[in-house]
Amino acid sequence: METLLPRHLDEALAATAAHPEATILAGGTDLMVAVAYQALRPAVVIGIRRVPELQEWDGRFIGAGVTYSRLERGPFAALAQAARTVGSPQIRSAGTIGGNLGTASPAGDSLPFLAALDAEVLLRSQAAERALRWDEFITGPKRTALQPGELIVGARLPEAIPDRQAFAKIGTRTAMVIAIVSCCVLRWDDGTTRVALGSVGPTTVRPRAAETMISTERRPSSAALDEFARLVSAEVSPINDHRSTAAYRRHASGVLARRLLERVL
Amino acid sequence: MIRLTINGVPHVVDPMGPESLLTTLRDRLGLFGSKNACEQGECGSCSVLLDGRLVCSCLVMAVDADGAAVTTVEGIADGETLHRVQEAMVNAGGVQCGFCTPGIVVAASHLLATTPSPTETDIREALAGNICRCTGYGAIVRALEPLAAES
Repeated sequence: METLLPRHLDEALAATAAHPEATILAGGTDLMVAVAYQALRPAVVIGIRRVPELQEWDGRFIGAGVTYSRLERGPFAALAQAARTVGSPQIRSAGTIGGNLGTASPAGDSLPFLAALDAEVLLRSQAAERALRWDEFITGPKRTALQPGELIVGARLPEAIPDRQAFAKIGTRTAMVIAIVSCCVLRWDDGTTRVALGSVGPTTVRPRAAETMISTERRPSSAALDEFARLVSAEVSPINDHRSTAAYRRHASGVLARRLLERVL
Repeated sequence: MIRLTINGVPHVVDPMGPESLLTTLRDRLGLFGSKNACEQGECGSCSVLLDGRLVCSCLVMAVDADGAAVTTVEGIADGETLHRVQEAMVNAGGVQCGFCTPGIVVAASHLLATTPSPTETDIREALAGNICRCTGYGAIVRALEPLAAES
C-alpha cells in the first residue's frame, strides 16, 4: 500500500491527480470500519488531515477537514447540535464534515442542516474547481458526483442564516446511534421555513409542500401545525430496516418536524 | 516506516497495509493496555490520545499517525504513582472485569484535563463512547464524581 500525506492543498491535488483512484482518508471513522469489516485493502491512500486549507472555517465556508468537535463549538446552533449527536467524543474528534458529505449516508447528521440551507459543496481537482448544490452532489444513498481526482474542499453556506434553527434526531440512546429519523428546521423572521430530514429517504429529504404551507403562517395555529406535520409525514419516503419501520419513521418525521418548529417559533 | 512517540518514547515501526494504530500498538509494540473489542469505534476500549485528541485507535490508520505523539493507558500513571482517575476507580470499585477500564481511564483523564470540574452529566456524556460490558456505569460515575469536586 502506497501512502501519501500531503501538507498543503496543492500537494494533495497533485496526489489525487497522480492517483485518481486513490482512497481518501480523513477521520477514518467510516474507512477503518470498511478495512476491519469489509476487508478493504486500498492500493493507494491519501491522508488529508494535515492539509491546512481543509481545516479552515471562515464564516460561511466550512473546510472539509473540520471535525464534529469543532462544529459542536461553532456559531450555528442546529449544526452544533447535530455534531453533538454524532457518535461519541472519540468519533467527534476524528470525523469530519467532508467525510459526512463524501460518505453520503442518508443518515449523515450534518446533512439536514446543509440541505435546509441549500449549501454548496466545493470540489477541487488539479485542473478545475466546481461548486455543486448539496442535492447535485449527493446523487443517491452513499453515492456522490465526486469524480476521480477530485477532493471535497468544503461546504459553502448562504449569507442569510436565521438565528431560529433547531436539530434533533431519534435513536435508541442519546449517544452512539445512527438516526432513525433526523430533522433540521430553520425559520426566518418573515415566516420562511425550511425543513430537512435524514434517514427517511435515499438522500436527505426536503418536504417542499410542508415548507410552502407553513411559510405563509406567521403565527401558526394548532390546526396549521397539525397540517404541517401531516404534510411532512406524507412527503418522506422511508424504508423498513433493522433500525426501524417505515411506518414509525413516517409518523416520527411529522412529530419531530412539528416539535422543532414549535421550538423556534 | 513511520515514527511515533508513544508515552514519550520514540518508536519506528512498519505497519502492514491499512492496519490500525491499535494493531500496531498491541501486535508490534506489545502495548496490550489498549483493548481490541469492536474494531468499529463503538466501544471505546481502545481509546488513546493522539496529539492530545481522544480517539479510538482502531479507527486510526497507523500510517496516518506518522509523526504523532500517542498516549496510551500505559502512559497515564506517573511511574509507580497511579493517576488520580486510576486511584479513584480502584477505591470506588469502578473496575469489574476490567476490559473497558483502560479506555475509561484514558477518556476520564482527558475529560479532567479539558473540563476541570465536570458535572455528572458531563461525565456521562464524556464516557458515552465507552461501553462497560459489566454495565458497571453507576460505580464508574461515582468513582469519578469526587474528582470533579476536588478540581
